[in-house]
Amino acid sequence: MEHHLVLRVVAKLLIPMILIFALYVQFHGDYGPGGGFQAGVIFASALILYSLIFGVENARSVISFNVLRIISAFGLLLYIGVGIAALISGGNFLDYNVLASDPVSGQHIGILLIELGVGMTVAAVMMMTFFIFSRP
Amino acid sequence: MVDIVLLTFLVILGMAIIRLGSLFAAVMLTGIFSLVAACLYVSMDAVDVAFTEAAVGGGIATLLFLSTIALTTSQEKSKEKVSMSALIVVLLTGTFLMFGVADIPKFGDSSAPAHRYLSDRYINKSPNEIGVPNMVTSVLASYRGYDTMGEVTVIFTAGIAVLMLLGRGRRSRAGRNGAIPNSDQSSSVSQREKGTV
Repeated sequence: MEHHLVLRVVAKLLIPMILIFALYVQFHGDYGPGGGFQAGVIFASALILYSLIFGVENARSVISFNVLRIISAFGLLLYIGVGIAALISGGNFLDYNVLASDPVSGQHIGILLIELGVGMTVAAVMMMTFFIFSRP
Repeated sequence: MVDIVLLTFLVILGMAIIRLGSLFAAVMLTGIFSLVAACLYVSMDAVDVAFTEAAVGGGIATLLFLSTIALTTSQEKSKEKVSMSALIVVLLTGTFLMFGVADIPKFGDSSAPAHRYLSDRYINKSPNEIGVPNMVTSVLASYRGYDTMGEVTVIFTAGIAVLMLLGRGRRSRAGRNGAIPNSDQSSSVSQREKGTV
C-alpha cells in the first residue's frame, strides 16, 4: 500500500474528516439521526482505513490492543455505572430523571453518558475484531 | 414506485450473491446490498435505521468479510450436490414465512398495534419528559435504556468471543510463527488488500 500515492493523500485528507463526523454523530445524536452505535462504527472505520493504507503495525502504534480492550470494557461499565448512579440517587435503574436537579437535564446527562459508553464499546470492539482478523 | 425498483434490485443482488463463485465479488455485492437496503429505509423515513445499515452493513461488515477472505480463501469450494431434505426444510420455512407476512400490518397503517397507543404516548409525552428533539434517541436511550444496555453487552460479548477464538496469546503465537512460514501468508494478505482498495 505504501506506493499508492493517490490513496495515501486521499486517506490523509479523509481520515480527520471521518473522525470529526464520528464525533458529530456521537454528540449530535440527540438532535439528528445518529448515536453511539453509528458513531462507534464510523470511528472504527476511520482507523481501519488508516490501517489498510498505512499498515496494521502503524495503526497498532496509534492505539494499542490493550487500550482497546480496556476501552471496550469501560464503555459497558460506563453504561451500567449510569444506571447504578441513578439507583444510588434514589431512582430506578437507568432512571435518568434523578441525575440532575430537574428531570429534563437529568435525562440529557444520562443519554449523553450512555451514548458515550455505547460509542466507546462499539468502536473498540470493531477495531479489536479487525486487528484480530488482520493478524498475520 | 421507488420502493419497487429498490426491492427488485435487492432480489437481483441476492440472487447474484448466491450464484457467484468468487467470494470477493460476493462480498462487494453484499456491501451494495446494504447500501440499497439503506436507500429503501430512507424512502420509508427511517433515517436512523438507514444510517446504521449503511455504516454497519455497508462499512464494517464488508471490511470484516474481506479480512476473513484475506485469512482464508477467495474462491468458493466446488458446489456440492443439492440435499433434498435441506431443500424441503427451506421451502417449508419460506412458505410459512409467506403466510406470516400476510398478517403484518400495511406500511403506515394507523390501526396497527404499535400505532394504537405506544406511538401516541412517545410523540405526545417525550418532548416534555425527555426533551430530546430526536425521538428515536429518546426511545432507544431512555425509555428502552435497558434493552440498549443488553445490545451493548451483546457487542461486548461478541468481541470477547472473537478475542478468545482468534486472538491467540503471545506465547502460542510465537510457537505458531516458528511452525508456519509467515511470509507466505502475509504476502497473500497484502495482495488481497491491494484488490480491495
